[in-house]
Amino acid sequence: MNDLSLHILDIAENSINAGAKNIEIIVDENVENDKLILEINDDGKGMDRETVTKLTDPFFTSRKTRNVGLGIPLLLESANEADGSLTVNSEPGKGTKVWAVLKYSHIDRKPLGNMAETLISLMLFSDKTELFYRHIKNSNVFEFNTKDLKRQLNIGSLKEVKILNGIKNIISHKLSEL
Amino acid sequence: MPKITIADLEKIREDTKRTLNFRLGTCKAKITVHMGTCGIAAGARDILSSVMKEIEERKLMDVIVTNSGCAGLCSKEPMITVEMANEPAPVKYIDMTPAKIKKIFDSHILKNELVKEYALALGSEKTA
Repeated sequence: MNDLSLHILDIAENSINAGAKNIEIIVDENVENDKLILEINDDGKGMDRETVTKLTDPFFTSRKTRNVGLGIPLLLESANEADGSLTVNSEPGKGTKVWAVLKYSHIDRKPLGNMAETLISLMLFSDKTELFYRHIKNSNVFEFNTKDLKRQLNIGSLKEVKILNGIKNIISHKLSEL
Repeated sequence: MPKITIADLEKIREDTKRTLNFRLGTCKAKITVHMGTCGIAAGARDILSSVMKEIEERKLMDVIVTNSGCAGLCSKEPMITVEMANEPAPVKYIDMTPAKIKKIFDSHILKNELVKEYALALGSEKTA
């Protein structure tokens, strides 16, 4: 993966496939403590302990289309490269939390990349999953969720090119102001 | 430059008053961008952005875009699947780039002319 936003897209897709109704994505650019924290929480079907221990094995996947599952191993690699760590907590029937902490100033830390594109890609994936996004940088916070947005727009679906491109522009603009 | 607000989005919604539920027959084309881990790593998110840009710039109200997971041909990613309402079978295009997307819109989406050189395969092997 070229940047961290692509990892977030990939991991959050797992949440959608796990039947999550709500996905919370938190990006915390904590420059003061030299940490970049990425968090993806979902209320999907969750995994048992045995499955969680197999997650970092590239030859483990719950999918049927092929025999490798690289999402978590690749994120682990990106975290390790930046002197970081990856934690996955999960409980069957409750949900899953993926938590990566990277050293912000590490020379091998991948750039965050385009979070706006990641978020609208996820919105296109599923109407039934609500996204809650929180981005913290230098103690400034940008928050956004699809539930409120749908209510404000009075529509049930955001899967419309014009709407998604509009949302992308808003998010990009807001993030550039952080 | 003025900011885009929720009010602007409201206007967008009014402008695009058509059914959000896609049914082949009411829409001319459906484009699926494959976005599994393999696709994402190969650049599928940029391909999705290109498709969305082409749809918006060309004001194509009868073309919809969606995304899906791995199609099982990871080495050919990024891939898209094009379904035309007037064609019997979906077409898979491989090794996509924004320039190739433009050509697929010019040719397949707008003129119903398949872009053979980007397609995964045409037919199957010939028998005697």
